[in-house]
Amino acid sequence: MNIHEYQAKQIFKKYDVPTPKGIMVESVKDAVEAAKELGGPVWVVKAQIHAGGRGLGGGVKLAKSLEEVETLADEILGMTLVTHQTTAEGKLVQKLYIEDGADIKDEFYLSVVLDRKLEMPLIMASTEGGMNIEDVAEKTPEKIITVPVDPAIGFQGFHGRKLAFGLGITDKAEQKNIISFAQKLFKVYMDNDAELIEINPLVRTGSGEFIALDGKMGFDNSALYRQPEIAAMRDLSEEDADELEAAKYGLSYVALDGEIGCMVNGAGLAMGTMDTINHMGGTPANFLDVGGSANAETVAKGFEIILKNPNVKAIFVNIFGGIVRCDRIANGILEATKITDVNVPVIVRLDGTNAPEAAEILKNANIKNIIVGNDLGDGAAKAVKAAKGEL
Amino acid sequence: MSILVNKDTKVIVQGFTGKEGTFHAEQCIAYGTNIVGGVTPNKGGQEHLGKPVFNTVEEAVKSTGATVSMIFVPPAFVGDAVMEAAEAGIELAVIITEGAPVKDMQAAKAHANKHGMKTIGPNCPGIITAEECKIGIMPGMIFKKGNVGLISKSGTLTYEGANQVCNEGYGITTAVGIGGDPIIGLSYKQILPMFEADPETKAIVMIGEIGGDLEIQAAKLIKEQITKPVVAFIAGQTAPKGKTMGHAGAIVSGTAGTAKEKMEALEAAGVTVVVSPADIGKAIAKVLG
Repeated sequence: MNIHEYQAKQIFKKYDVPTPKGIMVESVKDAVEAAKELGGPVWVVKAQIHAGGRGLGGGVKLAKSLEEVETLADEILGMTLVTHQTTAEGKLVQKLYIEDGADIKDEFYLSVVLDRKLEMPLIMASTEGGMNIEDVAEKTPEKIITVPVDPAIGFQGFHGRKLAFGLGITDKAEQKNIISFAQKLFKVYMDNDAELIEINPLVRTGSGEFIALDGKMGFDNSALYRQPEIAAMRDLSEEDADELEAAKYGLSYVALDGEIGCMVNGAGLAMGTMDTINHMGGTPANFLDVGGSANAETVAKGFEIILKNPNVKAIFVNIFGGIVRCDRIANGILEATKITDVNVPVIVRLDGTNAPEAAEILKNANIKNIIVGNDLGDGAAKAVKAAKGEL
Repeated sequence: MSILVNKDTKVIVQGFTGKEGTFHAEQCIAYGTNIVGGVTPNKGGQEHLGKPVFNTVEEAVKSTGATVSMIFVPPAFVGDAVMEAAEAGIELAVIITEGAPVKDMQAAKAHANKHGMKTIGPNCPGIITAEECKIGIMPGMIFKKGNVGLISKSGTLTYEGANQVCNEGYGITTAVGIGGDPIIGLSYKQILPMFEADPETKAIVMIGEIGGDLEIQAAKLIKEQITKPVVAFIAGQTAPKGKTMGHAGAIVSGTAGTAKEKMEALEAAGVTVVVSPADIGKAIAKVLG
């Protein structure tokens, strides 16, 4: 789960991680009030959406007067922001963060992530603040400092020194500031079951303080049950409506831009099914994992979500029953044809637990549009043909 | 021969009396797995599925001599259960539960390492030595005995792969589902050498997916240490960037962890890489002649 910048900064403040003062608003009027309250003389008007690259997309602007705050707030609020991290359609800006301008001497990068190879959190830092860190990693990897921190011992002095020296910070007071900043940030990461914290840029001010000018946080979904305050920060309007609807029924759904709807059990097989369709010259319209507890209702729901997509020309149901019983899926398909108007060919491949029973159910139902796939390859081939109108 | 588990392996079940634990333990017993008991706190002294129930793993190990634990406890208690097993002297913990917090798994795995306990999973189908011992939730009937070792991040692709291998007239020695979470136990790097050392295993199927770099590490190891033929499939060639595809670990971040990168590394290591999982069986038939 991801949160907004203003929410990340609320968490930072709780841990005494230095951030500029700011106020989240949802109207132009409140934006001006917020600016008055902050006092100025310089403000930053920032679009709040769950995507990076907001500045380049025109969603972050500097204001030098209250009039300018008003003009910019009016311009940014309600705009559709397209960045390298959004879809081509972009994201609607519904919230703004009005923030005090900072005295920026130079910019750094700082993040905490899980290092899957070392199996522990890793603090990453760079002098190349404000840049896309992936570009830095590719072009100048020597400019990235990595400090793994074993949670069993926690953040120690040597971790901090490695960071400060690595960033070329020589002033003793500044060293103390950056080490304290990183130590607090590591605590934020551990205490809140974060998956990622990224501060880009982290700025050094003229007086040698380090301040989080931006803040991005992502959390481990499996741990939200014990982080009620974090869970409450979820902004559903930032998430895909179909994915959310699917999740309510235990379905894992991701929309793609192809023509063949897929309904599969298991994430690996679901990806493998998409790959097979692609390999055979077709295009998958979605990723859909029906999960381990699929039943008639969830399958019917799956059909409904897939068919909402107007590009879908055929559906490939590919089930290898382990825990999922194929007869239940077959009944789900029958159910779906009653509830929803399934107006495209449906290729069904059911294998594994109770597959013969399932085949019998489908055969007896005798529904037009349902075509049996004998195995994964055969099913995918038929789906590709059906989508092209050749079946 | 096989790897890690066989018909003599003594297995206990943590979370034995719960709904999932009961259902799958029953299936495992029916398959022939030597389940010697289970653990459910406050139910010690009772009998369940004809086997003794203990309050702690320590008591269960002392009383039964179990070396492997199959873990079905709810996600919030997985870390605790793994650490308890490690301290009780369990040699291998097979963690089936889905949805354990990453932070808990990080601590639990570090603790397991400290005590020399191997782990498989979490969020995985488990391990099966065909026609001998099933520790997990896979449909046992598709795993016919044979000479192909299988290792996979994905549950259903494990079934798909095993089924194709068997349909081609071959069979499975041992199949291991390692799971697709960000932190997992045994991985390709540890399991591939076990298959290399197992005289019965003649070829290996390796199924990976986008995210992380375990498959890249595996490619390096295969080049250096594995002489047996390996057939590999990497799921997610068509997955969009930056989206989590079902498994928490299955995400392409930036340019890292793509299927293409992994397939190229494996091919360079001499592995037969198939672009569709529908070709796994045929590829095995080809390498085994």
